[in-house]
Amino acid sequence: MSANEKITDSVAAGAREYLTFRLSREEYGIDILKVQEIRGYEPPTRIANAPDFIKGVVNLRGTIVPIVDMRLKFNCASAQYDAFTVVIILNLRQRIVGIVVDSVSDVMELAPENLRAAPEVDSVIDSDAVIGLGSLADRMLILLDIEKLMSGLDMGLVSEPS
Amino acid sequence: MAEAHQDAGGSGADFDLSQFYQIFFEEAGENLDLMERMLLNLNLETADDEELNGIFRCAHSVKGGAATFGFSDVAELTHQMESLLDRLRRHELQPNSAMVDVLLESADASRGLLARHQAGDEGEGPPTGELVRRIRSLVAGEVVAPRAPVTAAAPTQTAVVAASVAMPMQQPVAKVAQDGVRHLVISISQLDRQDQADSLMELFRDIPGLGDIKAESVSPNGLRVFAVKTTSSNEDLLDLFAFHVAREQVVICDKDADPAADNGSGHGDVPAHQADAAGLNQEVFASPAAAEFGFFDGAPGIPGAQAAVPAALVAKPTATKPASNAGAQPEAATIRVAISKVDQLINLVGELVITQAMLAQNSRALDPALYQQLLTGLTDLDRNTRDLQESVMSIRMIPMSIVFSRFPRMLRDLASKLGKKVDFVTQGEATELDKGLVEKITDPLTHLVRNSCDHGIEMPEDRIRAGKSETGTITLSAAHQGGSIVIEVRDDGHGMSREKILSKAREKGLDVSDTMTDGEVWQLIFAPGFSTAEVVTDVSGRGVGMDVVKRNITSLNGTVDIESAEGYGMKVSVRLPLTLAIMDGMSVGVGNEVYILPLSSVVESFQVKSDAVSTVGQGAQLVKVRDEFMPVIELEKVFQVPRFDSDKTSDIMVVIEAEGSRVVLLVDELLGQQQVVVKNLESNYRKVPNVSGATILGDGKVALILDTGALVRRSRH
Repeated sequence: MSANEKITDSVAAGAREYLTFRLSREEYGIDILKVQEIRGYEPPTRIANAPDFIKGVVNLRGTIVPIVDMRLKFNCASAQYDAFTVVIILNLRQRIVGIVVDSVSDVMELAPENLRAAPEVDSVIDSDAVIGLGSLADRMLILLDIEKLMSGLDMGLVSEPS
Repeated sequence: MAEAHQDAGGSGADFDLSQFYQIFFEEAGENLDLMERMLLNLNLETADDEELNGIFRCAHSVKGGAATFGFSDVAELTHQMESLLDRLRRHELQPNSAMVDVLLESADASRGLLARHQAGDEGEGPPTGELVRRIRSLVAGEVVAPRAPVTAAAPTQTAVVAASVAMPMQQPVAKVAQDGVRHLVISISQLDRQDQADSLMELFRDIPGLGDIKAESVSPNGLRVFAVKTTSSNEDLLDLFAFHVAREQVVICDKDADPAADNGSGHGDVPAHQADAAGLNQEVFASPAAAEFGFFDGAPGIPGAQAAVPAALVAKPTATKPASNAGAQPEAATIRVAISKVDQLINLVGELVITQAMLAQNSRALDPALYQQLLTGLTDLDRNTRDLQESVMSIRMIPMSIVFSRFPRMLRDLASKLGKKVDFVTQGEATELDKGLVEKITDPLTHLVRNSCDHGIEMPEDRIRAGKSETGTITLSAAHQGGSIVIEVRDDGHGMSREKILSKAREKGLDVSDTMTDGEVWQLIFAPGFSTAEVVTDVSGRGVGMDVVKRNITSLNGTVDIESAEGYGMKVSVRLPLTLAIMDGMSVGVGNEVYILPLSSVVESFQVKSDAVSTVGQGAQLVKVRDEFMPVIELEKVFQVPRFDSDKTSDIMVVIEAEGSRVVLLVDELLGQQQVVVKNLESNYRKVPNVSGATILGDGKVALILDTGALVRRSRH
């Protein structure tokens, strides 16, 4: 599906709400309906031989949830863990995943006219996983298809089909 | 009585009964299972009334339900079974094995018919005509050959069958049924409330085509009499009334018939040709449990209710009543709950236990003098959560009898097919096991039992020649041993021959030697494709099986052991953990991390000096433990544990055993033993090498559970 078609889809659906978060200086938005909750960061249990952006697993009220540090995944300059580091718990197709981000900004409603197709640029993010760009006054939001991003094989969150 | 159900569908069609279908199918299935079990346990010579009554009740309940829901084929078949059972329990016939056979086959056929209805009446149900014919001839007292030359399932028989069904039975039933409309007098005794009787009148008003009802009289002692004009059979009417009044309270008489005559004939044997009404009366009186239609659990019979009924109530039924009530099924006090709800409950309790452990840990630092009440409360919470966890876990536990109960029938069929004589003994049916495990253990056990019967037990003549009794015995037992359950399949057959297995193994190209211990030799039969049976039967002997049994049991964290003595029989012991959800674990520390080892695979642990480890070739390490060299696995390296304190090294060794081999794990410290709740890593993440799952520790942290099997395999490469 091309980025244009995705935007047409969104137009049909009308305005949508996005949760926006920061990774160093970039601002991202994800579909609010995929977000289960937002928690503070607690050190997870490390898993041996996992990619470095998978920090490990935590206990979320009895459920074992893997934690992905988006800053490491997107090659941010620094990945500090302090009192303001936040974990967004996502609920994607019955799987629960936590992502570590620098901070959560707010929830924004984006009308279809504020959406722009993402230009094809070389980046660490798979262009399939970018829905488009949201422009609001002087801010630019990178809208992610978080479900597609997280279920990609390179995330190593799901067992490879044998 | 045969016409009783023909219009059952008609009278039921005006209701929407489909919402009850599922309950009925479950009920009927249970009743048929129960009946089968009782039939198999039935001692033909000394069958007691309680057993026969029980079997009768099962057939009756199925029939009643089937008629209510309009499944006339099931109702007809079970009705025939019921007629046979009725004569048996009144001792008019002596039970014999031909009857048991035909009843078992009928039960199977009923299951088939029910399954067809459940699937939405698609496809062909099993033909029942032949069964009906055989039952009828048995009811009539004829001796039928134990195995009819053509079984009921043979399709060629259907033409004959159809003819025999179409043929009217010699009992001229129900003179009234032909012209349709019947005039009845219905008396209802001792109602709790008068409006119950009024609701019967509403019933006639609400159901078109049922007929007319007219209230005749109300007597001061609560007896209500109605005049009814209807085309429905007595049985249907009773079924309908069962919604409002108990069956025992209702007496239906033909208007023309003299109640006194009924009374007179009601005591003794009812001749088969007796008029329908009287016959039914007899049935109602003789089976006080008739109101038990399973889910319409009979209204409690009112003691002495019969006394007020003018028609025919005599001392006899009142006397039998308490006995049949005492024999009522204990399952009545259960509810059906979706397993997912139970699992959710278990999960929630698991979280509660963790929260409780966290509170307990955090409260330890508090001053007992200042926080006395809080600490007392926490102690209570501790006890309550433990009790709660125990009771919740017990919901999932079901008795082994669920598994065992399927074997008598299977063995009976199998033994007669093989021409062997086998007694089946079960022990410890009450032993409880997690439901998930029970489901998974059934197939391997079936295989083991079948093997015992096919390969273990000899033919009768061989047994006599060997100086044993003609009948072989297969014993299935279950018992708790520590934290696990041990299930044994024993037989007194010819056991296994060491030489035969060894020569077979050589033939298969397996690596064997004559110096192997017996235990090692017996383990050979778990090799894929291994079978020593001389003849391959359709039961077993094709060599698939034992390896699957072993694999299935190993995947449940269980073990299989064999003991055998040639000429005296063999014993297969299956040892399983009680549940898959909870495991005894030993927590070990490596660096700053905690890992859990399944306690079942821990053999011993000890402290070593660094020079005790010797290396072989390129770094493979071995340690000598009591004259045995074992490979050493450093958890620190396997799990790439970061070290902040470089001086510290692992110096504790834990010997683990899995898949028949032993390896030594090198860890920093032993932290303790505890029960851990096993959580799946794969539900949100993926399979992690050398890790079988995860658990949550008392402080809320996640710890990984080591996969000892994988670690042992790793050391082999």
